[in-house]
Amino acid sequence: MTAVLQIIFDALSLGSLYAIGALGIALIFGVMRLVNFAHGDYISFCVFAMLWPSIDAAAVVFAGNLPTFILIPLILAIGAGISVLSEILVFRRFRNANPATMMIASFALGFVIKHFLLMLFSSRPKSIDLWSNLSLPVEIAGARIPLLQVITIIITIVILIGLTAFLKRTRFGLEMRAAAENFTMARMLGVKANRVIMLAFAISGMLAAAIGLILATQSGTADIQMGVSVMLVAFIATVIGGLGSLPGAVIAGFLIGGVSVLMQVILPLDARPFRDAFVYAAVIACLIWRPQGLFAPKSAKQRV
Amino acid sequence: MTVTQRSSLLARTISTPIILIAILIAIALLAKFVGSGPFSRTIVEMFIRVMLVAGLYIFVGNSGVISFGHIGFMCIGAYAAAWFTIPPAMKGVTLQGLPSFLAHAQLPFLVSTALAGLLAAIFALIVGRIMMRLAGIAASIATFAMLAVINVVYSNWDSVTGGTGSIVGIPFYTGIWTALGGAILVVIIAYLYQISRSGLALRAGRDEATAAAASGIDIVRERHIAFVISAFTIGVAGAIYGHFLGVVNPDAFYLGVTFITLSMLVVGGMNSLSGAVIGVIVISTIIQLLRWLEKGIDLGGATLSIPNGLQEITIGLVMIVILMFRPAGLTRNREIVWRFWPVKRAQSAAEPVLRNEHAQARN
Repeated sequence: MTAVLQIIFDALSLGSLYAIGALGIALIFGVMRLVNFAHGDYISFCVFAMLWPSIDAAAVVFAGNLPTFILIPLILAIGAGISVLSEILVFRRFRNANPATMMIASFALGFVIKHFLLMLFSSRPKSIDLWSNLSLPVEIAGARIPLLQVITIIITIVILIGLTAFLKRTRFGLEMRAAAENFTMARMLGVKANRVIMLAFAISGMLAAAIGLILATQSGTADIQMGVSVMLVAFIATVIGGLGSLPGAVIAGFLIGGVSVLMQVILPLDARPFRDAFVYAAVIACLIWRPQGLFAPKSAKQRV
Repeated sequence: MTVTQRSSLLARTISTPIILIAILIAIALLAKFVGSGPFSRTIVEMFIRVMLVAGLYIFVGNSGVISFGHIGFMCIGAYAAAWFTIPPAMKGVTLQGLPSFLAHAQLPFLVSTALAGLLAAIFALIVGRIMMRLAGIAASIATFAMLAVINVVYSNWDSVTGGTGSIVGIPFYTGIWTALGGAILVVIIAYLYQISRSGLALRAGRDEATAAAASGIDIVRERHIAFVISAFTIGVAGAIYGHFLGVVNPDAFYLGVTFITLSMLVVGGMNSLSGAVIGVIVISTIIQLLRWLEKGIDLGGATLSIPNGLQEITIGLVMIVILMFRPAGLTRNREIVWRFWPVKRAQSAAEPVLRNEHAQARN
């Protein structure tokens, strides 16, 4: 029983990261059909924003020393800031370009951000000490669960509830959902394109910052590569969930997290190093079974 | 049918591959005359990228489906070349899990390279049978998942692939002429495919899926054919790359190469063979110029140099700016044609040939 509980918490906390990431990608895809490959680099950027530029192995903590109640809003603001800035400087000029062009532009932007960080901080991972007492285990129904896992799950639930409330209860949320369904139609009915898109970028950037904070606390290191792997899985989750469907993206994120953890447990020992191969094979199988995604919105269906 | 009254498709479009091949030969000759070792290596790398990007174009350009998976075929090709050509004595030590017919074999370069391409093609034939039913972004993600599966398997199957460590001892067969030959071969294959019946049908399906299907085109089948052919060319490129470096390791065939080759294709112009080749040449040239700047250039006593790391930042910015002003790529998705080509001149206008070709093919 305790082992099962442990697995469930592992799955939920890994799935939380993927779900928040998938949500950030799906929000932007919804409003401008852009697959934002720079999202992973926003995550790294937010983590490194806590450090003072230096190429030493020991990190010179700068903003990271601020008290928690200032630090968290600050990092969220930085995430939103870089995301909105990239919209204004780059993506705005690609509004009418085809998806492949936008995708490569976003990749090039991510490349620029990554190498900018490399230039300032070098490629060595740096240790960073954020709320390290959170990794102590707590006892829940006999199982020893790291406190951080519990907090990650709680934060994710809070984010999801908050975002749902925002999308369902406010005027901006309504506009954003309308734009995600059918952007042209929404504009004709008086939704301001720039405002909705900037808002989507801001929220997406904040979600990236949240992932950055969680990852940095979990691993205790700041690494340039840390955002990319989360971003790739999140990207897959967005597609499996059905592009344009926000709940689909979240559920698929949890699903992939769950399948990864489950595979780790049930695979025979010899096959365990190949776990990711099984996960990705499951992704292909899922796509062939439901090419539109598990929860495709009605508007995504191609009309002939 | 009006086909007989028009000059043949081959005669009207042949100037494109001839021009592209002439450019490649000119670059090889330039490298030969300049003669410095590092410069030659840069040119060899560029030719290998031409093979990769033109091979990628066979699938991506004709089908319109972005593939993140083709570098997996490069991985398969490079490892196959290692299995076929490393001296048996060395294989007995490092790769103990190889089946005995491989463990004792040492094939000549051409045979092993062809077999490496074939292995990649057979793999594509099998997985493509399932995956090619997908279209659009779902197909892109499926190809990415395929790349990840290949990478995980090659990184962990220690007895056959040496795991995440490198396999050393691959004979150095690739020089500038081998690489040039490979690049020319892939350009010719890509050209012949795009004017073939299957290529034209696939392009029709890319532009107007519904109309093409209604005209009796089996898009899934044509896409599968393109997938297998491009897998073959990229497998060959992988083998040549292995013989160039002498070392293979699985992470050399992952996201880095995937994105740089895709970027070159899109920056050049995704839907034309000229775009694929021009994209590689332009981006490689800019990268090389920036590397020289990074090292420092002597300007009458004063050395001009840019800080390390600025090269990558600049190349990213250059790509963004190019795409801003030319969203359809440097070639605007057209082919380079020689306007004074005799058959071409007899035609009404110097229109881009292949863009209109599917319309005519359907009639």
